[in-house]
Amino acid sequence: MPFIPHTETDVHEMLAAIGVERIDDLFDEIAPELRAGDLGGIPDGLPEMAVTRLMHERARAEGDMLCFTGAGAYPHHIPQAIWQIVGRGEFYSAYTPYQAEASQGTLQVVYEFQSMISALAGMEVANASLYDGGSALGEAVLMAVRANRKARSKRVLVPRTVHPHYRAVARTVVGNQGLELVDVPFAPETGLTGVDALTAAAGDEGVAAVVIPQPNFLGGLEDVDALVDRAHALGALAVAVVNPTSLALLRPPGEWGEQGADIVIGEGQPLGIPLSAGGPYFGFLCTRKAMARQMPGRVVGRTTDADGHTGYVMTLRAREQDIRRSKATSNICTNQGLMVTAATIYMALMGPEGLERVARHSHAGAVALRSALAGIQGVEPLFDGPIFHEFTVRIDGPPVAEILDALAGRGILGGYALEGAYPEVGNSLLLCSTELHTEDDRAAYVEALTEVLAGGR
Amino acid sequence: MSHDEAGKVIFEYGREGRSAGAQLPPPAPDPDDLPASLRRQQRPALPEVSELQAVRHYTRLSQKNFSIDTNFYPLGSCTMKHNPRACNSLAMLPQFLGRHPLAPPGAGQGFLACMHELQDILAEVTGMQRVSLAPAAGAQGEFAGVSMIRAYHDARGDHERQEILVPDAAHGTNPASAVMCGYRTRELPTDRNGDVDLDALRAAVGPQTAGIMLTNPSTVGVFERHIAEIAAIVHEAGGLLYYDGANLNAILGKVRPGDMGFDVIHLNLHKTFSTPHGGGGPGAGPVGVRETLLPYLPVPMVGETDGRFHWLTEADCPETIGRMTAFAGNAGVLLRAYIYIRMLGREGMIRVGEYATLNANYMMARLRAEGFELAFPERRASHEFIVTLKREHDQYGVSAMDFAKRLLDYGFHAPTMYFPLLVPECLLIEPTETETREEIDAFVDVLVRIREEAASDPDILHNAPHNLPLRRLDEVRAAKELHLRWSPETG
Repeated sequence: MPFIPHTETDVHEMLAAIGVERIDDLFDEIAPELRAGDLGGIPDGLPEMAVTRLMHERARAEGDMLCFTGAGAYPHHIPQAIWQIVGRGEFYSAYTPYQAEASQGTLQVVYEFQSMISALAGMEVANASLYDGGSALGEAVLMAVRANRKARSKRVLVPRTVHPHYRAVARTVVGNQGLELVDVPFAPETGLTGVDALTAAAGDEGVAAVVIPQPNFLGGLEDVDALVDRAHALGALAVAVVNPTSLALLRPPGEWGEQGADIVIGEGQPLGIPLSAGGPYFGFLCTRKAMARQMPGRVVGRTTDADGHTGYVMTLRAREQDIRRSKATSNICTNQGLMVTAATIYMALMGPEGLERVARHSHAGAVALRSALAGIQGVEPLFDGPIFHEFTVRIDGPPVAEILDALAGRGILGGYALEGAYPEVGNSLLLCSTELHTEDDRAAYVEALTEVLAGGR
Repeated sequence: MSHDEAGKVIFEYGREGRSAGAQLPPPAPDPDDLPASLRRQQRPALPEVSELQAVRHYTRLSQKNFSIDTNFYPLGSCTMKHNPRACNSLAMLPQFLGRHPLAPPGAGQGFLACMHELQDILAEVTGMQRVSLAPAAGAQGEFAGVSMIRAYHDARGDHERQEILVPDAAHGTNPASAVMCGYRTRELPTDRNGDVDLDALRAAVGPQTAGIMLTNPSTVGVFERHIAEIAAIVHEAGGLLYYDGANLNAILGKVRPGDMGFDVIHLNLHKTFSTPHGGGGPGAGPVGVRETLLPYLPVPMVGETDGRFHWLTEADCPETIGRMTAFAGNAGVLLRAYIYIRMLGREGMIRVGEYATLNANYMMARLRAEGFELAFPERRASHEFIVTLKREHDQYGVSAMDFAKRLLDYGFHAPTMYFPLLVPECLLIEPTETETREEIDAFVDVLVRIREEAASDPDILHNAPHNLPLRRLDEVRAAKELHLRWSPETG
């Protein structure tokens, strides 16, 4: 029997020890009319050999694309060591470290993760992770409103330059809690959020928090100093949404403006997590030490054992759902432990030098691709300000959706069509380059797009 | 390896200028087009180590964990069953890992085909009309489920319903999720036999009742026998029934939540469908609904038109409660569950519930015979059951925590302790169907031995663990000093 070790003798003797005749007798407290029928819609079981064949067939049906699409999930090199270690049964098949003494591996990894990610963000503390960047934004918004009672407001300003899916997730998360998420438009000529747009959106009603993306979803680099200072002047907390790779090049949110951002969140996928159709990824959340008790989710702290040796435990447990129940800071129970393990090993292997090289190559590739695309008839960069590794172009030609289909036919995942989420930018495309892309890859993209626009399919 | 060496953090192995050279891209020119005002001035304090140092450090850390692969792990309500390796390696085929979340359906149909089948199979085995795979974990599934209950009442203009009923023994996520959906919660008492107190339920329901959240088998390890009556009472009052799938393993293939009268459910794929627990995630918490709640399912889902699979998003489902994560939930976890289900098949799935129940009842019978006190001695165990150590506590001055820590010395992960809160000094024990009879016997024998130690020298328990890398850890100090990160200046 698949995965069940019992012999007939075992079953016989175990039933005798219980004092029943058949396994089915163990279900005799369940009313007969509740018993399931034959589950006819479920296929028969397959041996591992047949499932292996099936999954290889399904995998082959996936194709193998040269990916220039980013929009929140980025192709990067993942060192081989990472997933070999993450796949070790001791990490893979352990659970939440409730028994700290038997879980020091997981606990120390999380402590090291908290140390690395807060160093990267320039912040004092971090939690053990959330589900992904989108859900991290939802949790950060709730946290900001909790932590900023003196604003006497449940309004949060969210620039339209924040990832549209993150904004959608935040709406789902906070929708029934009486919070108001207020859209802030961007300047059409720069694709950036202006400080006066913040003030205008704030109006007279007060604001608890302002969300500030860097880089923003359209690829641009916001004037984060001015935005953080304006947020604070409005009596709001500043919630930064950042790409972790970019932080090797860009000023960390802890240093934005006069006082720095108050909460920093982001998508951890670029740190050693495969694209994997959208998950599992992980979200990170950092903050000031003074606000640590307002954080959602698990947190690991250092302590000592009975002999004075250093060890690690889950801490600030009194915020969590299994203890506080209806008064918890969040309903979150699990974190994305295995993904955080991967990211920790990634950051350890890359180090400050490696991460900076990844960021520099990504940036240089994107700048090169942007200028190469600008040379194609009918293609024009939407904005000309500085970028990190992603940018937008407007296309004077067939609808972007058709262009993307044509590129896919040539084995290229060509970017993200912006018009659905951003009607104001028209027939435009968002695309990225990373350290994975060679000059030849970029040349292949330029050539393919040139041909498609020239009418070739 | 000395203790000090064993206790190092990765940063302490680093030396300025060292790196894992083969993993790094080549040096790159300084990006002088970026304005200085936007540039980072000081490098982040990340480790500077070689590949071998990193590999050795994290391999050693892994060895400090108990895990299913290394230890019996009967953690109640968590279903720590074997995680088949094929599920991991086949879900990590490069084409699946390389698929971008925003890849158009035309770029590849293999992944979507698996997801579409998984939706259908989960709907069938739970008796639901349709399933969305979007929620990333059980708690998110609960949130999605209660949000759908809210959307249903709101769509009917029934705004008076502001209360969710939750048994006092429920998982903490239940009330926390209800509150995140803007509801207040009311607790229902559990009767002496472990069932919901029906009189209290009748008194509690009314026009303010939005619904009830139930786990069945319940968190006290028994099947809720009055489920049909509960469903009738709540439905009569205009409320809906929410099924918390935490304990589905006990009845998988035997009883379907839909047939019990539930309107909306979530499943924990990391429990019942054997995806890895990963040291605390990632999980996956698909939700299923009956017809009345269909329009509200979270997006994205996978649809099929003329044999081609495609994403269903906000545009296709205008009344959806929305998105749970930026993309499609924990896709890689969903793939692992799909592979597991294909290996089990229909017969295998039915056997899961049967053998999980057999193992739990066998262990319960053995512990009863050894004189341990059961919380609900008159009842059958589901896939788990509760032992109360109140008597040992009173007689020998040892707690359930002391028993748990001493179990670690013997190489067993401890059961869930002090949950549910209504049973004093309790252990909630869930052996799962993948353990052998010998393993269960060994665990029982060790519990008996520990009780003997408690009688002869209780300090053995008080001071446990003795055989692990560390002795008992000071949680109070951790919370008081709040040291949450290493830094180069302070260590």
